[in-house]
Amino acid sequence: MEFAELIKTPRADNVVLHRPFHLAVEGTLCLTGHHLIFSSRRRDNAEELWLLHSNIDSIEKRFVGSLGTIVIKCKDLRIIQLDIPGMEECLNIASSIEALSTLDSVTLMYPFFYRPMFEVQEDGWSSFLLEQEFEHLSSVTNEWRLSCVNKEFSVCPSYPPVVIVPKSIDDEALRKVALFRYGGRFPVLSYYHKKNGMAMMRSSQPLTGTNGRRCKEDEKLINATLRSGRRGFVIDTRPLTVAQQARAKGGGFEQEVHYPQWRRIHKYIERFHILQESFIKLVEACNDQSHNMDRWLSKLEASNWLTHIKELLTAACLAAQCIDREGASVLVHGSEGTDSTLQVTSLAQIILDPKCRTIRGFEALVVREWLQAGHPFQQRCAQSAYSNSKQKWEAPVFLLFLECVWQIHRQFPCSFEFNEHFLILLFEHAYASQFGTFLGNNESERAKLKLPQKTMSLWSWVNRPEELSRFQNPLYEANSLVIWPSVAPQSLQLWEGVFLRWNRPSRFLEEAEEERINIIKYNKELQAKVNALRRQLAEMEADGVVQ
Amino acid sequence: MEHIRMPKVENVRLLDRLSSRRAVVGTLYLTATHVIFVENGSETRKETWVLHSQISSIEKQATTATGCPLLIRCKNFQVIHLVIPQERDCHDVYISLIRLARPVKYEELYCFSFNPKLDKEEREQGWKLVDLNEEYNRMGVPNNYWQISDVNRDYGVCDSYPTEVYVPKSATAHIIVGSSKFRSRRRFPALSYYCKGNNASICRSSQPLSGFSARCLEDEQMLQAIRKANPGSDFIYVVDTRPKLNAMANRAAGKGYENEDNYSNIKFQFIGIENIHVMRNSLQKMLEVCELKSPSMSDFLWGLENSGWLKHIKAIMDAGIFIAKAVAEEGVSVLVHCSDGWDRTAQVCSVASLLLDPYYRTMKGFMVLIEKDWVSFGHKFNHRYGNLDGDPKEISPVIDQFIECVWQLMEQFPCAFEFNERFLIHIQHHIYSCQFGNFLCNSQKERRELKIKERTYSLWAHLWKNRADYLNPLYRPDHSQTQGTLHPQIAPCNFLYKFWSGMYNRFEKGLHPRQSVTDYLMAVKEETQQLEEELEVLQERLANLQRSQSGNNKVKSKQQDRSKQFGLYTSNNSLANTPQEYSNDLKSFPSRSPSQGDEDSALILTQDNLKSSDPDLSANSDQESGVEDLSCRSPSGGGCLPSEDSGKDSDEAVFLAG
Repeated sequence: MEFAELIKTPRADNVVLHRPFHLAVEGTLCLTGHHLIFSSRRRDNAEELWLLHSNIDSIEKRFVGSLGTIVIKCKDLRIIQLDIPGMEECLNIASSIEALSTLDSVTLMYPFFYRPMFEVQEDGWSSFLLEQEFEHLSSVTNEWRLSCVNKEFSVCPSYPPVVIVPKSIDDEALRKVALFRYGGRFPVLSYYHKKNGMAMMRSSQPLTGTNGRRCKEDEKLINATLRSGRRGFVIDTRPLTVAQQARAKGGGFEQEVHYPQWRRIHKYIERFHILQESFIKLVEACNDQSHNMDRWLSKLEASNWLTHIKELLTAACLAAQCIDREGASVLVHGSEGTDSTLQVTSLAQIILDPKCRTIRGFEALVVREWLQAGHPFQQRCAQSAYSNSKQKWEAPVFLLFLECVWQIHRQFPCSFEFNEHFLILLFEHAYASQFGTFLGNNESERAKLKLPQKTMSLWSWVNRPEELSRFQNPLYEANSLVIWPSVAPQSLQLWEGVFLRWNRPSRFLEEAEEERINIIKYNKELQAKVNALRRQLAEMEADGVVQ
Repeated sequence: MEHIRMPKVENVRLLDRLSSRRAVVGTLYLTATHVIFVENGSETRKETWVLHSQISSIEKQATTATGCPLLIRCKNFQVIHLVIPQERDCHDVYISLIRLARPVKYEELYCFSFNPKLDKEEREQGWKLVDLNEEYNRMGVPNNYWQISDVNRDYGVCDSYPTEVYVPKSATAHIIVGSSKFRSRRRFPALSYYCKGNNASICRSSQPLSGFSARCLEDEQMLQAIRKANPGSDFIYVVDTRPKLNAMANRAAGKGYENEDNYSNIKFQFIGIENIHVMRNSLQKMLEVCELKSPSMSDFLWGLENSGWLKHIKAIMDAGIFIAKAVAEEGVSVLVHCSDGWDRTAQVCSVASLLLDPYYRTMKGFMVLIEKDWVSFGHKFNHRYGNLDGDPKEISPVIDQFIECVWQLMEQFPCAFEFNERFLIHIQHHIYSCQFGNFLCNSQKERRELKIKERTYSLWAHLWKNRADYLNPLYRPDHSQTQGTLHPQIAPCNFLYKFWSGMYNRFEKGLHPRQSVTDYLMAVKEETQQLEEELEVLQERLANLQRSQSGNNKVKSKQQDRSKQFGLYTSNNSLANTPQEYSNDLKSFPSRSPSQGDEDSALILTQDNLKSSDPDLSANSDQESGVEDLSCRSPSGGGCLPSEDSGKDSDEAVFLAG
């Protein structure tokens, strides 16, 4: 397919761009296969706006006489308005944008066309291999092994080709366990707590069904993570009733009789359309132009967004607490094990593992616990808060995770190597990107699409020193401890950086950030100068003594 | 002392608000000025000190098997939950506190016994730190348009005004007195802020006694004089900060508001800020929300909305923004009033001044501002903050709201203020503490009669002495945010107004960010300063060395490892960061010792670490330190494991949810 067929009017002049907190600008609008480009001609204030079509969540058009107006709502939550003279031009442009922003073939997406303007120093596609993680793990324990049982994605289509499992469980057993777990997602290692040797595993629900089917290998597998005489916790992210109902459809939960060493805790985490609706309501509330304070708070409350944040953080803290404070191993799962399960396991690691609070470590966490673990990004992030499509597989699961990280970050502002912009960057790229990282729903699909060969990895770009510096937290001081966030309502705030990003005045906050950076920078410069001088003096003095 | 029925009770339990299982046992003491709880603990013997004047309510609850619970709520938003073993003791403590918390004479207040061991001269110097004459001169008056009037020199015209007020030059004594007779409590229009740049001014007064049709020539002349004092403008705004309905109702009582037809060249404007009763109830409701035990997000947000608190804060801010805009952008003078002109008027004038003039955003300037718009113009501190026993209906968090407005502005303009959040919190604390004489009484007249300056100390000197603790590291005098007028966003930015947990949950440290960016940056800046000094020394030495070329003039190098020193604030942390109660399900888990916890004290730089420099403490025998310690413990709750359980390892107990 040629994109040109979809673009009847590639260019329009005298277009006026409106954005909140900016003066309206007049300029030229161009459409390309993947971008909407607006460039203003004003000599004093030349600027260009490049918008990926895939970033466009919805568009609305209306006319006043022959002046058409297109309102574009983006997946990153920004809203812009374009006034386009000429009804035909406007209609053409609107229909092109509509068509180009809803291409259904992945291989037509921009990442397959994007040619980077930078030199790749390190290929992000191979920056975070499970083999490396395992090597690391082997240096502290020999209770685990790398299994290639899923080499051809034949045992579990949503798992990566290699996984880490208890050493005592062979591939044959894994195949049996896979048949006993929804979607073949047998329990694998998610995190190993070096401090006390406890493990966090994740899986999908067991297929016990109504007649209480059991699987000896499954029991053996998860028991293999327990120390003798100790117990473990199963954290089920569904309420008990839902877990019980799941049995009718062949699913279920671990029953005490068969798993006597495990205690089950049900911590309900919402999923799917409930989250999507909550997201939509919250964004609506944030975009509300009314003056009434009451309506703002009640809308914020009614969106339930912060309730989801609180529930999620609580569940993650609980998992972390079981591991660190109770000295128990933990198995986390919900139904499919691709959404709430991953939220819990990845957040628990943020709390427990200082490494995950570094930039590199956080990237590795996202790769391991989200991309390789088979969170279906393409389905979940197909649309954002402005879409009317209401597909049941769309849900801001990853965004909720990022926001929880932000909440913890806010409470421990000196313990993270990255800043808020890094989290926002990941949010943006999960929804629309020039990079192939978040395409596809799992490793198997990514392999079929040959993403590593055909597209650029986000990590290749972001890990270049010149980019990285924008995402560094100047206040960072490595903190090797477990960080326990408060989950009280008073401690949780709306993530303004995402939800109010486009509709609050941000200049003063940016200036404050700059100020913080400068304070630290100046200190470091001075330190370097003083150290250099000290050295120089010491040398001179030493020379003096020798003379 | 005669009111203390029970000076000491042993085996009292101090409960943790968030977790009833975490209680400490200790001894409760009642002194003439404080309630003190001393923990029985081995080495630390943590102490909690509460000033009687901070107590806002005492509640004796039904006796239980473990004792008789006593709930003490404080005006600085601390809540203390005690359980006293014997009902009779509890009753005695209760009766004693009821009396102690409601002194009837000023002489009973703490400031008359508080002695920071300063000599007389130091005390006098302290009182001179804030000088309003100097302040009016700084503003640019007296000048061609404004002069000081001595018409109130013996408080003869208005007993709640200061002796010296600035009025338009063309306003004769006759006009002033005439106008004062036409205003509630004779609070005639007087200058609050003068804008040197464009001659526009903010004046304040009480409501006119206009009823349905009354007029007063002198009052009309007075407003005319205010307009004339700003030659650049042909009208003034008259801002009535009340809701229109309230103002109209006042007409029936012979009061009311200015009729635009009677006054030449005024533009009249209502800005609906609710009265003190609505505000008192609103705060009450919000505090109930803050006190909820493990509220859900909906409970909290719904309760916050239902309290209306943030709506009221926004109303005050909007009024201030309107006035600042009129003065700065339109160059129009504004007369502000409400009913008596000492509550809403004070709030609004001070918010507007703060927006207009960067000086008030400095530490010293902020003290001056409070002294000018609140203290000198007769804000009724004694009645509003219940220093002496009085009518509970007079109590209202008027200045608390102003302080919160400042905090909201600090959140929106992080570089604009020289001081930090702690400064605001400590000022709020001392408005109620009665430890310093500044906020005693209801007017300047009363304070003079009581000889406050001779008998008590000034808070401002105390804060000034400890100013290093109150600095905002992001403040630079040459930063753009510290220049000129601040322009906060008005509509539709409701979301900019946030709940201030640092104030209303002040004592629940576990709810606050565990690392303070402010303290971190202050430490960095302090180190930077040392580095600058060292750099200078090193450069000098280098120059000397190079000059002499010989190694003879060796100076002993003061080698210190900066990085080690700098690293201090990561290791020297005291506040244990422990998990909250994330689940009730873990209750009966076979547990390991919960004491392993302290290695997780991730805590770097929380405000508590500044304990020693907390002004309330350093000057006065560690009054609050116990409180601080107490609160560190409180909400983080050290884990969900009752220590009693730690021994049992066999458990049949099932904690399956559902």
